[in-house]
Amino acid sequence: MGVFVTAPWISVALPVLLAVIVVFLGRVSKVLVPWIASLGPLAVLATGVGSLLAIPKPGARWFDAGFSARVEPWTSTLASQGQVVWFKVGALALTVGWSVDTLAAVMLVVVGVVALMVMIFSVGYMHGDSGWARYYALLCLFTGSMTLLVIGNSFTTLFIGWELVGACSYLLIGFWYQKPSASRAAVKAFLTTRVGDIGLLVGLGVLWAALGTLGYVPVMAGIGRMSPAVVTTVAICIAIGAIGKSAQFPLHIWLPDAMEGPTPVSALIHAATMVAAGVYLIARTWPLFEAAPAAQTLLLTVGTISALGAGLAAIAQHDIKKVLAYSTISQLGFMFAALGVGAWTVAFFHLVTHAAFKAMLFLASGSVIHGAETQDMREMGGLRKAMPVTFVIWLIGVGALVGIPPLSGFFSKDLVLDSVWAKQPLVAMLLFATVFVTGLYSARATRLTFFGERRVEGHAHESGASMLVPLAILAVPAALLGFAGPWLFERLGELPEKLSVPISGIAVAIALAGVAAGWLMEAGESADEALESRFGLAWHASQSAFGWNAVVDTLVVRPTVAACRILWSIVDRFLIDGTVEGSAIFASWLGKIGSSWETGDVQNYGALIALGVAVLLAVTLWMGR
Amino acid sequence: MNLIALASVLFGIGLLGVLVRRDIVAVLASIEVMLGGATVLLVGLGVSVRGASVSIEGIALMVVVVIAAEAAVALALLVAVARRMHTTRIDDLTEVKG
Repeated sequence: MGVFVTAPWISVALPVLLAVIVVFLGRVSKVLVPWIASLGPLAVLATGVGSLLAIPKPGARWFDAGFSARVEPWTSTLASQGQVVWFKVGALALTVGWSVDTLAAVMLVVVGVVALMVMIFSVGYMHGDSGWARYYALLCLFTGSMTLLVIGNSFTTLFIGWELVGACSYLLIGFWYQKPSASRAAVKAFLTTRVGDIGLLVGLGVLWAALGTLGYVPVMAGIGRMSPAVVTTVAICIAIGAIGKSAQFPLHIWLPDAMEGPTPVSALIHAATMVAAGVYLIARTWPLFEAAPAAQTLLLTVGTISALGAGLAAIAQHDIKKVLAYSTISQLGFMFAALGVGAWTVAFFHLVTHAAFKAMLFLASGSVIHGAETQDMREMGGLRKAMPVTFVIWLIGVGALVGIPPLSGFFSKDLVLDSVWAKQPLVAMLLFATVFVTGLYSARATRLTFFGERRVEGHAHESGASMLVPLAILAVPAALLGFAGPWLFERLGELPEKLSVPISGIAVAIALAGVAAGWLMEAGESADEALESRFGLAWHASQSAFGWNAVVDTLVVRPTVAACRILWSIVDRFLIDGTVEGSAIFASWLGKIGSSWETGDVQNYGALIALGVAVLLAVTLWMGR
Repeated sequence: MNLIALASVLFGIGLLGVLVRRDIVAVLASIEVMLGGATVLLVGLGVSVRGASVSIEGIALMVVVVIAAEAAVALALLVAVARRMHTTRIDDLTEVKG
C-alpha cells in the first residue's frame, strides 16, 4: 500500500495502462477482462485510503463560528507530493505534479469505490455486449483520468485530467454508437461542456498572464498581488468551467441526453464523479472564490436555479433515468448553492453522500431496466414483487435523496440548507421548495416503478448476484455516510456545522409532504394522462424542462449553424474553392484558345510562317533604316 | 537587277501556289518554283559580285541537283501518303489538329 501513497501517479498510470491491456485481453479471454480492469479502481482506492491513514489528524485549527477564510490550497498536510517539468519556454516552465491532501484523498476513495462497484455491476449488466472489452477499457481510462484530475497540484495537471474525463464521457455516452440518438447525445455533451471548458481555459490564461504560474500554491499565494477585478475574472471563468462540467444552468442540457449511455456509466460519470468535478474544482481553489464575492453570488444563483428548475423538470419525466438525471442536476445545484455561501466543506460533504446514494440509485435503475427490459416507467409497475432486493435498495437511495433521517442525504442536505439559511434566507426558501419537489418526483417515480400492477405484458426478473452485490455494498455508505460528517469536517480543518433542529425538522416535514403529494399524484390507473390533461401547460413545461433545449437551439445552435453555413458558402465555396477551381477553368480556357490555332492544316501554318517572315522582314528593314 | 526581280516574282508565285493550291502535287510543284526563284537569285547575285574565287554557276548547278533529289524524295513520300490515306488533297491531311 505504501507505494500507492508515496507515488499516487501509479494510480493514474496503472488504469491507463490497464485500458490498453484490456483491449487486447478482450480478444483472448472475455472472463478475465473485468478482473484485470478492476485493478485500476483498486489502485485508486489504495491511494485514497492509504493517504487518509497517512495524513495526521490536524491540530486545533478551529474557529469560533462560521467558516474560516482559507488561504492555502491544501486542506491538510500532504500525504505525498512531487512534480516534473513538462516543458520549458524560455524562463517559463510548465510543471505537472501531484499533491494528495484530505480533500483529494476523500475524492479518490469516492472515485475508487464507485468505479469498482460499477465495474462489478457491469459484469451482469453488459453481459454479452459486443463492445465488452472496449467498455472496460474506457472505464479504466476514465478512472485514471479522474485520478489525475483529483491529485493534480496545478491547474495544468487538473486541466489535462479535466479534458480526458470529458473525452471518456463522450466515448461512453456514445458507447452504442450505432444508435443515432446516442452519438448525437455524445456530441451534444462534448460540445456543451466544451463551452464551459473554454471559460476555464480563459481563466487559466488570465492567471498565467497575471502571475506567470499555474501551480495551486503560487497562485493562492499570489491572490494578494492581483487586483480584485482580475481575481473576480479568474474566479468567474473557473466557475463557468465548473458549471459546464457539473451540468448547471444554463449549460445543463447535455446531462439528460447523456442518459443514452449504458446505465452503469451514468452512475459512475454522470452522477458520482465527473459531474462532481466542478464542485471539487471550486473546493480545491476555494481561496480564489473567497476573494471574489461576485463569483460566489454567481455560484449561489446558478445553483439555486438549477436545483429548483431541474427538480421541477424531473416531475413529469417518463424515463426513469431522466428522472435521476434531472435529480442529479438538482442535487449538484444544492452543492453549488452551498459553495455560493462559502460553505465549501458542506458542499463537499454533500458531494460525497450524493456520490454514494445517487450512484446506487442509478445502478438500481440499471437493475430495474435490466429486469423489466424497459426504461419507460409507464411500462413498469409492481416490480417490488419481482425485484425485492432492488426495491429495498431503491428505497434506501430515495430516502437518502429526499432527506429522511438517518440516511446520508438528510445530514448533508440539511447542512446545505443551514448554511444557506444563515446567509441568504430568501434563497433558502427556494431550496426548501426544492426539497418538496424532490420528495414529489422521488415518490412518483417509486410508485410508478415498484407499486401497483405491471402495466404492460412482460416478465420481470430479479437481477443476478454481480448486480445485487455492488448495490448492497453501496447501500452501506448511502445509508450511514451521514454520520461521517464531523469526521470529514475535522479532517478538512473547518468548523463542523451543528445541525439546527428547527431547520432539520422543517426540512423533513417539507420532504414528507412532497413524498405524500408525489404518492397521491400517481393514484389510480393512467394518472399521468389525467395529470397531463388537467395541468396541460405546466405538465408540458416540466416534461420539456421548460423548453430550455429549444431556447438554446434557437438562440445558439441555429444561429451558429447558419453563420457556419454563410462562412462555408462565402469563404470555403467561393473564395477557396473558387480560387482552386477558377485556376483550373482558366488553364483549360487558355488551352482551348491555344489549341484552336492548331488546325492541322499545313497551309494555315505556311501562311502564318510567311506572315511572320514578312513581319520580321518589315521590322528589320524599318529598324535598319 | 532584272534577275533579282525575276527571282522575286518566281518565289512569290511559288509561295502563292503553296498556300492556295489544294492538291499536294501542285503544292510540291509550287515549292519547286520557289526553289527555282531562290536559285535564280543565287545566280543573279553571283553575277553582280565579280572576282569571287568560287564559281557561282557551279554552286547553282549543285543546288539544282539537290532540288532534283529533294523532289524525288518528296514524290516518294507523296506516293506513300496517297496509298495510306487514299487522298492527295492537302486539306484532308489534318492529323495534328489540336
